[in-house]
Amino acid sequence: MKSAKFDYERTGSLDDALKALAAAEGETRILGGGQSLGPMMNLRLAQPDELIDLSRVAGLDGIEVSGSTLHIGARVTHARIEDGGVPGETGRYMEYVAQGISYRSVRNRGTIGGSVAHADPSADWPTALLALGGEVAIAGQDGARKAPLDGFQVGPFATGLGYDEILTGFELPVLPDGAKWGYYKVNRKPGEFADAIGAIVMGETPRAVCGATESAPFRVAAIEEKLAGGATELSIAEARDILAATDPGFDDYELQIHAVALSRAIGSTFA
Amino acid sequence: MSQVSLTINGEAVTADVEPRVSLADFIRDHRRLTGTHLGCEHGVCGACTVLMDGVPVRSCITFAVVADGAEITTIEGFDEDEPMTQLRKAFHENHALQCGYCTPGMLVAARDIVTRLPEADEDRVRLELAGNLCRCTGYVGIVNAILQVLEERRA
Repeated sequence: MKSAKFDYERTGSLDDALKALAAAEGETRILGGGQSLGPMMNLRLAQPDELIDLSRVAGLDGIEVSGSTLHIGARVTHARIEDGGVPGETGRYMEYVAQGISYRSVRNRGTIGGSVAHADPSADWPTALLALGGEVAIAGQDGARKAPLDGFQVGPFATGLGYDEILTGFELPVLPDGAKWGYYKVNRKPGEFADAIGAIVMGETPRAVCGATESAPFRVAAIEEKLAGGATELSIAEARDILAATDPGFDDYELQIHAVALSRAIGSTFA
Repeated sequence: MSQVSLTINGEAVTADVEPRVSLADFIRDHRRLTGTHLGCEHGVCGACTVLMDGVPVRSCITFAVVADGAEITTIEGFDEDEPMTQLRKAFHENHALQCGYCTPGMLVAARDIVTRLPEADEDRVRLELAGNLCRCTGYVGIVNAILQVLEERRA
């Protein structure tokens, strides 16, 4: 299908984009790479009145390390991350995640900031970055603020981003070289949206995330405690019991594939 | 209407378009370059794949207005292109198309594989082709054609 009608505004700076956002009437969406929003608009699942295009806004595609923090701009594409654009162990983890997102022709345009702001429950970055931990950088009408990735996504296609705010990037931890991580995605064909994701990052403290749920990805405290206690494997049955106890609202099949994803993610972390 | 200026197959084009017009529809309906095919129109089938500033993109989920200032190469724009010349011949020799609907996107994706991943083996070629659907040949001919070109280029 074709997208419904909308107004389009290409902005040259973040200030202009924020002003356009504040002045806009009706449903207004920020356009990053458009690789999730575009399909949803073609399917008419999304029918925004206006799109504000950030593609000409400079300064949103930087990748730099300062001290123990990795700054990554919202407009950095999946392809750039796949090609090793992010340094160090954090980069290797992100490279692994990026190469599994959709297809190369989508990764060439799709952006990390767009993915997290769009907050599709089946997308990779909301889960992968929650496992890494860190903060979301946000520009608003009254200046910049930061919000922790923990709790940033609150539901399907819903985040803590205000209607007049723009996600500008992320501040992520720099993992020490050799730090362990694992990421396992259940999907029926490479590049499809995930049915389940397990993400493990053994950073300062272990983080374990159950993703591609029907809502927001969530950390699994009981698994994190086991990892902190030295566990290096988790059977599918154990993962099932732990997940069931968190009352995630999964049916039997969903419980199984999410348990498989977490169990295999832990397996690959310590392989 | 928004004004868009871009280059398609080396030709500078300026036009007024509605923002909702996809790059694919702009290429086909406004420029009459019908080699770019539309299958699913939501980024899954790959038939509409074109080069935008040298890299493959889905023209069905890229709005024409967003391509302002970009250099687009459609399947009609590869006459003198060396990897594409090799691929055309290999597709012919390996029976890598039947109805031909997926072929423009397949060729653009294949060109990306043979230029970006010169060491790709069969598994990698198949993985990279996950984003281009063919419903007749069963991929065997397509994969063989790409492997043949990879080998030629390594020689």
